[in-house]
Amino acid sequence: MSMADESKDLAPGRTSSAELSSAEQSEHETRGGVVAGRARQGMFGVQGWGDTSGYGELRLPAYVPPPAQRPYGDGFDELTDELLAAMHERGVPAAAIQQVTVDRGEITYYVRREHLVALCRTLRDDPALRFELCSSVSGVDYGVEVDQRLHVTYHLTSMTYRRRIRLEVAVDVDDAHVPSVVEVYPTADWHERETWDMFGIVFDGHPALTRILMPDDWDGFPQRKDYPLGGIPVEYKGAEIPPPDQRRAYS
Amino acid sequence: MTRPKDTNTEPAHTVGSGTTDTVTDTSEVDPYAATSRETTEGRVYTVTGGDWDELLDDWRHDERIVVNMGPQHPSTHGVLRLVLELEGEVVTQARSVIGYLHTGIEKNCEYRTWTQGVTFVTRADYLSPLFNEAAYCLATERLLGITAPRRAQVIRVLLMELNRVGSHLVAIATGGMELGALTGMTAGFREREEVLHLLEFLTGLRMNHGFIRPGGLAQDLPEGSEDKVRDFLKVMDTRLPDYDKLLTGQPIWKNRLRNVAYLPLDGCLQLGVTGPILRSAGLEWDLRKVQPYCGYEEYDFEVPTSTDADAYARYLLRVEEMHQSLKIVAQCLDKLEPGPVMVEDGKIAWPAQLSIGADGMGNSLEYVRKIMGQSMEALIHHFKLVTEGFAVPPGQVYATVESPRGELGCHLVSDGGTRPLRVHMRDPSFVNLQSLPAMCEGGLVADVIAGVASIDPVMGGVDR
Repeated sequence: MSMADESKDLAPGRTSSAELSSAEQSEHETRGGVVAGRARQGMFGVQGWGDTSGYGELRLPAYVPPPAQRPYGDGFDELTDELLAAMHERGVPAAAIQQVTVDRGEITYYVRREHLVALCRTLRDDPALRFELCSSVSGVDYGVEVDQRLHVTYHLTSMTYRRRIRLEVAVDVDDAHVPSVVEVYPTADWHERETWDMFGIVFDGHPALTRILMPDDWDGFPQRKDYPLGGIPVEYKGAEIPPPDQRRAYS
Repeated sequence: MTRPKDTNTEPAHTVGSGTTDTVTDTSEVDPYAATSRETTEGRVYTVTGGDWDELLDDWRHDERIVVNMGPQHPSTHGVLRLVLELEGEVVTQARSVIGYLHTGIEKNCEYRTWTQGVTFVTRADYLSPLFNEAAYCLATERLLGITAPRRAQVIRVLLMELNRVGSHLVAIATGGMELGALTGMTAGFREREEVLHLLEFLTGLRMNHGFIRPGGLAQDLPEGSEDKVRDFLKVMDTRLPDYDKLLTGQPIWKNRLRNVAYLPLDGCLQLGVTGPILRSAGLEWDLRKVQPYCGYEEYDFEVPTSTDADAYARYLLRVEEMHQSLKIVAQCLDKLEPGPVMVEDGKIAWPAQLSIGADGMGNSLEYVRKIMGQSMEALIHHFKLVTEGFAVPPGQVYATVESPRGELGCHLVSDGGTRPLRVHMRDPSFVNLQSLPAMCEGGLVADVIAGVASIDPVMGGVDR
């Protein structure tokens, strides 16, 4: 398979490749891609009481990062071609990348978790890629109502070519397992521990996945959206001000 | 006075009759020998004296000492806990335990507007608050698709470089204190005080400024700022060479730092280390040069590097970086031209201007008069923007700045609301602290202190 053929697999709407038509990819598509946000209602972002504005029937669907169309621009086309060629060389299937999104001058590769470690190794070792530095690994929780709500984001930096990319892996909260990249990037050690500590995402193969910021015997994962912020009401000049997570929100 | 002393002639064994491990038969067993018993935690000795040689002999052969250093210890650079496994004075294993200053800054940001987030992130790495603010605001601005006006960019650079000087001074001061160079400490904090005084004049606060805001700055610099900054530059030009006189050539300082906490380039890259530690290993990696932001490409400055990769090289780099920062500050003053310090977009820019009244700083009376008495629309606009905040289009960005300790990244995710969905600060202290075992294991206990000081972790940033 040539480089050009492979890159076509990533174009939206193309499902000619056998790897892409796998059950997982169709599942990804029926889900509507990567859901990154919650659906909204009304105009003013208020929730929890009756609609008096007349705009209550407005519906805004949840944000889905759109798959990028070629050409991506900003040198991302060459980068993606190099990546696909390197993946092909090292036997990583092109379907390891579920989706490519270019947004605000940053490129995000949505990656299937089975191929994450091999992909990271390719990104680090291939002479045309050379992502030597794993800047950051962290989690994002998109909210309880979102399918595959937990995401792990990897920010990789190529010091040789001075560019950055983001890898993102989405997992279900019931099956929050992602392979650890510590063997490729030892710096991910503490990042993954923090992500486990805060989001409850298990990094399989991590040398010592223990809590890092919270005490060892802590219950729950504080950065999840269903974990309360906590706080107590404060009285100020006779009025009681509720804790921040119980105040009126317009978000 | 000649009373017989045998008034207490009871047999000795009645005193110890309640204990089980007291040696009662003194005729055969050494009364000073240590007794021991097995517990779930291992063997516990009861030492009565006179047998230290024997005891240490035992330990020296097959027991290691685990020393728990911190979290409250004057030499651990904050609430950092080190668990050191020692063979004599040699560290065989070092592990750092963090989390004692975890304040949930990232979670809290999810419950505030985008503008309020500045108030939280500035408290993360408390020695470089303006860098936290800048990283957060650059990320927010990229999400919004806006750029701060030129004057705001120049002032940001000015403030960040002043802050870098202050932060490096603390690194040298606390590092000096931890190594016993107390004059280094008093000198460092004295000069830092100059920085803080200046920052207080410029931004209103010594620390936790909340001055850099999405879209620009909270307000313009006060009158007379330029003179104050120039005075400061003059003072620092006379004071900075003192560090060379006091520390750089000093034999004790050199002996404590040279070839200590060695971490070569491959180790740095593997462990994700950035900042002065990476540059001390020879890589000229400074985001101000390689991925410029806030217009750093217009400034003329050097990125000092070294190939010694030890604590002494890091000290020298920090001193040199302060000189370079002052050079940038001087250039900022020349670039300062009148203009707005906040984007024109009234849907993002904070509506109120602050002023100092009789009861301290607050909304200017002129502004309050306008919204309360003249323009109802202005009042509505103020109310909407202050309580609700502005909505940010959905998406995610990762913006980085070169903080005094390395790459400070801010990963922001928006789902289209008026509050961030996720704020993550990639703090360089957090990542750099991981390199501690690699620097310390196999060295002496005393060098652990020098190693931690050369990493210069700020626990507020490590734990957030």
